[in-house]
Amino acid sequence: MPAFKFKGVDFIEFDSLLSEDEILVRDNTRKWVEEKIIPIIEQCNREGRFPRELVPEMGQLGFFGANLKGYGCAGMSNVEYGLVTQELERGDSGLRSFVSVQSALVMYPIYAFGSDEQKDKWLPQLAKGEKLGCFGLTEPDFGSNPGGMRTRAKKDGDHYMLNGEKMWITSGSIADIAIIWAKVEDEDNRVRGFLVETKTPGFKADDVHGKWSLRASVTSGLSLQDVRVPASALLPKSGGLKSPLMCLNQARYGIGWGGIGAAMACYDTALQYSKLRKQFRDQPIASHQLVQQKLAWMITEITKGQLLALQVGRLKDQEKVQHQHISMIKKNNVAMALECARMARDILGANGIADDYPIMRHMMNLESVKTYEGTDDIHTLIIGASITGIDAF
Amino acid sequence: MKILVCMKQVPQKDAPLKLNETGTWIREDVSYEVNEPDAYALEEALRQKEKHGGEVVVITAGPARSQQVLREGLAKGADSAIHLEDPGFVGLDAFNTAKAFAAAIKEENFDLIFTGLQSDDYGYAQTGVVLAEIMGWPHATIIMQIDKQDGGIKVKRELEAGFFQHVDMPLPAVLTIQSGINKLRYATLIGIKQAKNKPLRKVTMDEVRSSLGDNMQKIEKLYIPQKTKKTEMLTGSPAEIAKQLVEKLKNEVRVL
Repeated sequence: MPAFKFKGVDFIEFDSLLSEDEILVRDNTRKWVEEKIIPIIEQCNREGRFPRELVPEMGQLGFFGANLKGYGCAGMSNVEYGLVTQELERGDSGLRSFVSVQSALVMYPIYAFGSDEQKDKWLPQLAKGEKLGCFGLTEPDFGSNPGGMRTRAKKDGDHYMLNGEKMWITSGSIADIAIIWAKVEDEDNRVRGFLVETKTPGFKADDVHGKWSLRASVTSGLSLQDVRVPASALLPKSGGLKSPLMCLNQARYGIGWGGIGAAMACYDTALQYSKLRKQFRDQPIASHQLVQQKLAWMITEITKGQLLALQVGRLKDQEKVQHQHISMIKKNNVAMALECARMARDILGANGIADDYPIMRHMMNLESVKTYEGTDDIHTLIIGASITGIDAF
Repeated sequence: MKILVCMKQVPQKDAPLKLNETGTWIREDVSYEVNEPDAYALEEALRQKEKHGGEVVVITAGPARSQQVLREGLAKGADSAIHLEDPGFVGLDAFNTAKAFAAAIKEENFDLIFTGLQSDDYGYAQTGVVLAEIMGWPHATIIMQIDKQDGGIKVKRELEAGFFQHVDMPLPAVLTIQSGINKLRYATLIGIKQAKNKPLRKVTMDEVRSSLGDNMQKIEKLYIPQKTKKTEMLTGSPAEIAKQLVEKLKNEVRVL
């Protein structure tokens, strides 16, 4: 068990900006994370084990596709969904990543681009967690520039033949279905999405070993060699690179809230530690100016991050959100969280590196989170392009 | 079976408490949560409904903020809620709270009323028992198990020193539920959404005022325990000191 119980972070009565339901959703998820994730997460992280045993319960609670309507999904608002991801990431970024992938990168594309048959067949099972999914966009040679992807689909009668490699795929080897993005040769290499059952011959997933980040979630490389899928596997409404980017927008939005959760975990741990740890004249280190400076920076940045996330969430609920807004919360809140983790580690001194405390785990996780779903730099350029009207990439 | 569950909103267990200006209770600006024993009562009611069918209604008395416990009850699966909404309800003693509840439900026909064993704030453990008396119903306290049988229920009560008592009871009845007898469920996200559309009846202070009397119990003074440090030096020969020490450990500290 961790050394300190999480006490919650609210500096400027942020909760007064939330509805009763939003608070209930947040508190309910927080309770679940506290009781189910916190007691096991350090061990999972050590062992590099994804706690799959929790999937049915997560499905039952409604974490998967929580902001989708119908198909057994909870139909949460985007702010409520954001608060769920915040709390999950307060537990662990890997766990939040798993939920983000299942929800925003697998269920959302089926929901947005799928046929009625695809929706009816897969969404209820994915919502319950009976089936798991993964999202194949990134390739070994194409990360920030997905448009260069080499994966190809070729029409073959009433089937498609898929060939290519995908890399850094969360949940790849535990997934029942994969949303694979490929250039369709018969459509002038337009990018389209395919719903591929992972048991299809020619589909292979191998886990990435030796990673020092997101150790409690599964990361895989996918290989598709002459994977023959029926034409009905095509997501009919997908078309162009815009489609996967729409999915990423959903996921990045959740990550923006998730960063707040990880930052809260680090800040709260550092605050509690600094009040107990005594050094020089038998005084708690919380009495030192340089420690207070760090804590004050953290709570200020967390508070700004909350307000940013809430406003973007409200815009999303009003269907007014722009992709550059989402870039801003993803970039700002993840970078802020990583800085909080580093400062918190500093405050804990040597204790900060041990997994008696969650800080180093969050820090290592956040290194991935800073990079995936659009790197910090790419989001900078997206914001830059939106304010100048000039693409820098 | 139609079951009423009495739920109370109490300050969070680890919330830092501050005294109010009159020193009779705590300040309002703390975080609140569902009284934990009541959460077990609700869980037991929901399980009885799942087994035997019927309906679960949750009730609370308190200011607007206390509606949160009803929302949580509805989100977990209760069918409807009753809110005696007024800040004045916070100041009622167990006797008047029970009277207010009895007045608010006089038109309804419940088979069972559950309360938690006691509240985490006042800790009276009285409201359920007094409510039974007012309703003219039988009651049983510290209930660990409830089995429905022909014409009534059979309950298991926890007594002291590892003893249990099994009692056959007629319905309707009031039961105060022991904590820890079941595993609390989480509200599902869908449950939270659905709770919005479930009926919530509000009862004002004026509607029940005629049933209430003067509080029979009131808090005169609430204070934070004074820290007192007293070091007593024992003197004499080692044998005398040892004798004094044993005496103190036996009679004052009572650890021997």
